[in-house]
Amino acid sequence: MSNNLMAGKRGLIMGLANDKSIAWGIAKACADAGAEMAFTYMGDAFRKRVAPLAEQLGVETLIDCDVSDPASIDAAFAEIEAKWGKFDFLVHAIGFSDKSELRGRYVDTSRDNFLLTLDVSCYSFTAVIQRAEKIMNEGGSALTLTYYGAEQVMPHYNVMGVAKAALEASVKYLAEDLGKDGIRVNAISAGPIKTLAASGIGDFRYILKWNELNSPLRRNVTTDDVGKSALYLLSDLGSGVTGENLHVDAGYHVVGMKAVDAPDIDVVTGRKD
Amino acid sequence: MSDIAERVKKIVVEHLGVEEEKVVLEASFIDDLNADSLDTVELVMAFEEEFGIEIPDDAAETIQTYGDAVNFIQQAS
Repeated sequence: MSNNLMAGKRGLIMGLANDKSIAWGIAKACADAGAEMAFTYMGDAFRKRVAPLAEQLGVETLIDCDVSDPASIDAAFAEIEAKWGKFDFLVHAIGFSDKSELRGRYVDTSRDNFLLTLDVSCYSFTAVIQRAEKIMNEGGSALTLTYYGAEQVMPHYNVMGVAKAALEASVKYLAEDLGKDGIRVNAISAGPIKTLAASGIGDFRYILKWNELNSPLRRNVTTDDVGKSALYLLSDLGSGVTGENLHVDAGYHVVGMKAVDAPDIDVVTGRKD
Repeated sequence: MSDIAERVKKIVVEHLGVEEEKVVLEASFIDDLNADSLDTVELVMAFEEEFGIEIPDDAAETIQTYGDAVNFIQQAS
């Protein structure tokens, strides 16, 4: 599916972990469309995972960046500015929470993990946009990733749902602030995908199966599905779109109750509780 | 050696980049094969994909060695 939608555009992808990552689906779609990219990673554990992926797409710039450390974000963007001067697009695919609180009850969330989750999963997008806007070309586009658990209650998603709700609200405010400079800010609300990050969410298989059986398209989405929609928002195809939360979820967000043809889920999963 | 044990070994060798001789039944992923905590999650995901099985979180935590993985998958598939 090669095209020239991103020819001449330069972008930073933050939050790539491995070849199951949603950010990988987006990076591949951008590479296919002719974009030049840099990747950030956090620490050596992720560097060893991201380096072979970068090589696969011919990406030469890898930057260590911890988004909970302002100095680290400053250094990362200084490196981007030194390399490119200005750039065109930013993908933020970063979130974190203590996995012991991504199961059970939201009401039991600790203050420390609440603050950590909101800092890494929500504020970091605002923090990187603060640096990015200074060196982004007019027509630039920034994208973050969210999930339907921000809008409606999902089992186990808990404090991450609260963080994503705040992230979705910040997309709207950022869109207003940067719109005057011709920079667009959007989110993709992806359906559940089995990524490394999702492995921390309690009973994720149940959520996957439920979506597969009950979404209008009767399937789960892939990282390639998300990559194609991201290409629309990051390229000039989305030139009139900002402040948007695009659901790439096989339509699940319009569903009000279990599909008539969906089998009883306990039969499917073999759960007996 | 069973077909399952061979397939599990292939995944471990490829994922962790270790020599095949080191992947013995009692080899611990973390202590003997230099896996980090993310590797153990990725290995479990790779086993699920290869064998079409589901490994619940509580079971995944008990899979510490190559032998643990083979035993679990033999029982599950």
